[in-house]
This record gives sequence, structure tokens and C-alpha cells, in this order.
Amino acid sequence: MNILKKLMTAVRGGAREAGEAIIDANAIRILEQEIVDAKNNLGKGRVSLTEVMAKEMQTKRRVSALETNISEHEGFAKEALAKSNEGLALEIAAKIAEYESALTDQQAILSGFTDHVATLKSQIKRAEKTIAENERQLLMVKTTESVQKATMSVSDNIAANNSTMSSARESLERIKKKQQDRADKLVAGEALQAELSDDLEAKMKASGIGVQESSAESILARLKQ
Amino acid sequence: MSQLKELAIRLSDAQWEGRSFNCLPMPGAQEVLQVALSDQDEIPLYVTITETQMLCIAYLFKEDEVLDGTLDELNGQCLQLNIPMPLSAFAKIDDQYVLFGALSTTSTFEDIQKELVTLSENAVEALEALEDYLK
Repeated sequence: MNILKKLMTAVRGGAREAGEAIIDANAIRILEQEIVDAKNNLGKGRVSLTEVMAKEMQTKRRVSALETNISEHEGFAKEALAKSNEGLALEIAAKIAEYESALTDQQAILSGFTDHVATLKSQIKRAEKTIAENERQLLMVKTTESVQKATMSVSDNIAANNSTMSSARESLERIKKKQQDRADKLVAGEALQAELSDDLEAKMKASGIGVQESSAESILARLKQ
Repeated sequence: MSQLKELAIRLSDAQWEGRSFNCLPMPGAQEVLQVALSDQDEIPLYVTITETQMLCIAYLFKEDEVLDGTLDELNGQCLQLNIPMPLSAFAKIDDQYVLFGALSTTSTFEDIQKELVTLSENAVEALEALEDYLK
């Protein structure tokens, strides 16, 4: 089930009551139950994987023990032959045949376990993927629901305070008014600053304090010095 | 105490880039926290916490506030603006256009403050940018 597609279909359908759930509660419960079941199965899968892996290890040990036995006995048989004891060599060879047939059996069992481990591992991986996928989908549905409910809470609260959500135009007017206020204040502040400093400069100039404008006479006087 | 109430208390005491946060919890089927920024309270923000994320939403306008015949162009503009706009994205809840930011529930308090201030600034800028499409 592609949840996004479902959500899209529901939105396109349009004729939904405000606050009506996009996906019915029952479908959500089913999805949640599926996740719980899948997780339980995953847990069981992990337990059987460890069991099978333990058996695989035991069998591997048995196989290598048999291989050691075989090579040991081959050595014994060679020794017997070297001592020209054909009878004993034959007995040892019979023992080797016994070990070899046991080895063939154990190797078959081992390859069975190895296959089983591989299968279980891939099943577990698949289950994990499915669970993650289902959880992601459930999340999308729940988020959609939460957002709708939150929007309802917001409009209910605004209605309860006997006001309505302001239109974008009203917000824009308020934003512009505030920006204008700020700009006006800035201009007024600058103007005031300029006025104050102009005033001060004029007074200082009148009293001959601060920077004096240079006149032709003053320059000439300086040059004559 | 819910995560949202805890957030409200921390935000009420916080200052971020010279701004303070005016919080008003709203009860309901889904708990929502209204946050108005000092000096920029024209578009309040609404915070909801779900299982895995914290959603901060600014409601911009309703579809019926859009000038007739300009809806397609407006939608295109919203999609174009999504990536350049820091941290926020346009979305629609039923017939309501919103700007939202989603945070992980494990976000730091600094991340949340940054998100809220950015969202508020983006919302003002977005309304101004889309003004020509509005009635």
C-alpha cells in the first residue's frame, strides 16, 4: 500500500468534511497490528537463526574431527603396510571407510544448515525492511492526522476567543504599517539628530569655537607670518 | 509534563538574537503551542509535537484569498521558492497555505529557537513576495 498515493487520492476527492480522517482509524489499527505481528515474527526468526547457527557450528566441529580421524588413520594404515602387516592395514582401511561415510553424511547435514542460515538471514532482512517501510507509512498517516487536528485546535481556539484567523491581506497591512512606523522613526530620529547638531554647530561658530571657515584674509595673514 | 509545555516554559524565558517568545498553549485533540515573536507577531507560529518530529507551522492564507486565475502560477512560485528559503517550506493543509519547518524531536533548544525565528522571518517575506497573487 502506497500511503502517499492514498493521501493524494483522498485530497483529490475533495468532498471531505473538515477534520474527517483521511484514512479510517480501522486501517491504521490494521497497519499497527501488522507491524506488531511482523516484529514478533522477526523476534522468533532471530531465535531460530541462533539455534540453527549453533547446530551449524556443532556439525562443522564434527566434520573437522572426522577429517582429522581419517588423515590419522591413513597414517596408521601406511605404517602397517610398511611393516608388511596387510591384515591390520585392511582393518584400518575398513575404519577409514566408516569415517568417510560418516563424513559424507555430516557434510550433507552441514550444507543443509548453511543453506538454512542463509535463508533465515535473508528472511530477517526482508522482515526488517518491511517493518521499517510500514512504520514510515504509519508515520505519514499519523503526521497528516496530527497536522489536521492541530489546525482544528488552532481554529477552535481562535473561534473561542471570538476572533477569526486574520487574512493574509490583514497581516500584510499590519506588517507594512510596522515597517512604515520603523522607517518613520528612523527618519525622525535622523532629522532630530541633524537638527540638534546643526543648532550646536551654529552656536559654536557664532562664538568662534571649533572649525573656522578660512577666508582669503586669514590665508593672506598666515602667508605673511 | 508534556514536551510542549516544557518547551513553552523554556521559550518564555529565552532570548534569541534580541527576540523573545510569547507562548500560548492551546488545548485540543492535538496539543498546540502558539508562539508569537516579539516585534514580529503579525504571523503567529504553531508548534505541534508528533511521535518523531516537531512541526512548526505558520498559516499564510486560504485558497479563496488567492486572486482568481492565478492559483497555478502561485503554486509554481511556491515550489520555486522552497529551496532558496532557509529551513522552511511551503505546504498546504486542506485549503490552507502554510509555511512549515520540521525538526527532529531530539533537536537542541538552540535549534528550535533558530527554527522559530527563521520561520517567522520567512513567513513575513513569503507573504510580501506573494502579495500580488492575493486578494
